[in-house]
Amino acid sequence: MCMPSGPGARVRGKPMIRIDQLIKTYGSVKALDGVDLHVPAGQLFAYLGPNGAGKTTTIRILTGLTKLGGGRASLNGHDIEKDALAAKRQCGLVPQYINLDSELTVYENLDIHGRLFDMKPAVREAGINEMLTYVELRDRSDSLVKQLSGGMKRRVMVARALMHSPRILFLDEPTVGLDANIRRRIWALIKKIQQDGTTIFLTTHYIEEAEFLADRVAFLDNGRIVAVDAPLKLMAGLGKWAIDWLTDNGMQTSYFPSREAARESAAVRENGFTLRRVNLEDAFLSLTGKKVH
Amino acid sequence: MHGILAVYLREALILKRRLKRQLAGMAVSPLLYLIAFGYAMGDSVQFGGHTYLEFLIPGLVAMSSMTQSFGISTDINVARFYWYIFEEFQAAPVSNFAYVTGEVLAGMTRALLSIGVILVLGLPFGVVLHYGPLFWLAAILNSFVFASLAVALAMLVKSHADQSLLTSFVITPMAFLGGTFFPVERLPVWAQKILFLLPLTHASNAIRAVALGEMPDWRAYLVLPLTGVAFFILALGSVNHARD
Ligand SMILES: Nc1ncnc2c1ncn2[C@@H]1O[C@H](COP(=O)(O)OP(=O)(O)OP(=O)(O)O)[C@@H](O)[C@H]1O
Ligand SMILES: [Mg+2]
Repeated sequence: MCMPSGPGARVRGKPMIRIDQLIKTYGSVKALDGVDLHVPAGQLFAYLGPNGAGKTTTIRILTGLTKLGGGRASLNGHDIEKDALAAKRQCGLVPQYINLDSELTVYENLDIHGRLFDMKPAVREAGINEMLTYVELRDRSDSLVKQLSGGMKRRVMVARALMHSPRILFLDEPTVGLDANIRRRIWALIKKIQQDGTTIFLTTHYIEEAEFLADRVAFLDNGRIVAVDAPLKLMAGLGKWAIDWLTDNGMQTSYFPSREAARESAAVRENGFTLRRVNLEDAFLSLTGKKVH
Repeated sequence: MHGILAVYLREALILKRRLKRQLAGMAVSPLLYLIAFGYAMGDSVQFGGHTYLEFLIPGLVAMSSMTQSFGISTDINVARFYWYIFEEFQAAPVSNFAYVTGEVLAGMTRALLSIGVILVLGLPFGVVLHYGPLFWLAAILNSFVFASLAVALAMLVKSHADQSLLTSFVITPMAFLGGTFFPVERLPVWAQKILFLLPLTHASNAIRAVALGEMPDWRAYLVLPLTGVAFFILALGSVNHARD
């Protein structure tokens, strides 16, 4: 059969992550209210939204930590409910909260993980060493996890999530609480992982993180997706520059096609203002009337 | 199979890291009981021609194998509610059967260690008992029963506080009434009937009988595995319950 190609063609082949009408309720809270998403293989997909939007809930359902309330989802063609173990074999997960065994060493943590994923001893050992080199922690292999800094622990979690060579990597706020330097190192690492062919599903509150990394972005608000597109497309239409200024009603923002236009407009304001480039936060704000963080 | 080993190994590594503290913890209360009830009472109390120490040590073996194997429920809960380590197992391609088996085996390992501690503690008191295959079989079955119960309850509780409550209401009364410190036959018949429903009563009767060189009641070797399997099945069913 001949598939249509060129611009406007539908995503070909089966998506690596497929979510249809996902629903999750906690008591009266609708954490997810009919989420649809298809992420093709090899894409770096960012999932943005304010606190409580349902980002973690989505990842927890996909990785088998939380029961889904309705709808269906599959990972690399494996249904997460009917074919749960096969679906889990596709995933690596860096959860929002650190869940390493603090009483064990870095090596022991990774070794247990490798065993859970049925890696053969030689492969496991090679994988641990390779991953620890990758996250630049090779020399801390025998340290107890409780002796590591927060940033080191995050890197160990990245190493752990990758050591069994998953097809899909879920990163739930991987750089939260890290200094700018380490954050950039983790970004470089994430890019490298994607170049090695892994599909990446990332949540973050750092707008610049999504802008820098993502091929495609979904905005989530109150358990619903309000937009999905490439970052540049989401920002197009607002203009390129923005000025923020304070009023009695809080922060106001105006958008302009050029820096000069923004300057001119700002010049007439007496109070302080900031001139900056338009970012994804603006796109989110214009769609929902809310800020991402 | 790999899953069972991975889960067990994780628990074994933690146990190894805490071994000194754990062994000391396993020794404290049996030692106090031995001194307070066994040594101090001396020969003034006798049951069926045996000194109270001879009576007490097998009871402590039954009690400790219960409390120690049940103790993994606390560790599972701490790992689940405070460290989120349970999620590492949940996200791995490991069946519920493998997870439960790994944890139950870890609980049984702790129980066996605690039995070793009691037997060593008994040495200076000069008590000579029989530790044959039927003794170990009853002890192992008893550990299986309570390790399985521990995993099941650890999955069903909603918080760490609930867990402590269960221990106070289920395990502590059983420890005192299940034939550890006095023969169940001394109680009124209606109470005996109730206590006969408790697995610990069967375990301590069987363990004690063998240790004192008598024939154990064969029913213990039927009740214990059946109860254990029932709890194990309950544990299997409750793993999914732990997903929110
Ligand atoms: N275990 C739970 N029990 C009850 N409600 C929950 C539970 N987990 C999440 N929720 C609710 O579901 C909604 C979505 O939560 P979720 O953790 O997915 O948000 P999030 O987008 O990851 O937010 P954040 O940016 O703060 O991490 C929230 O309203 C939250 O209160
Ligand atoms: Mg979250």
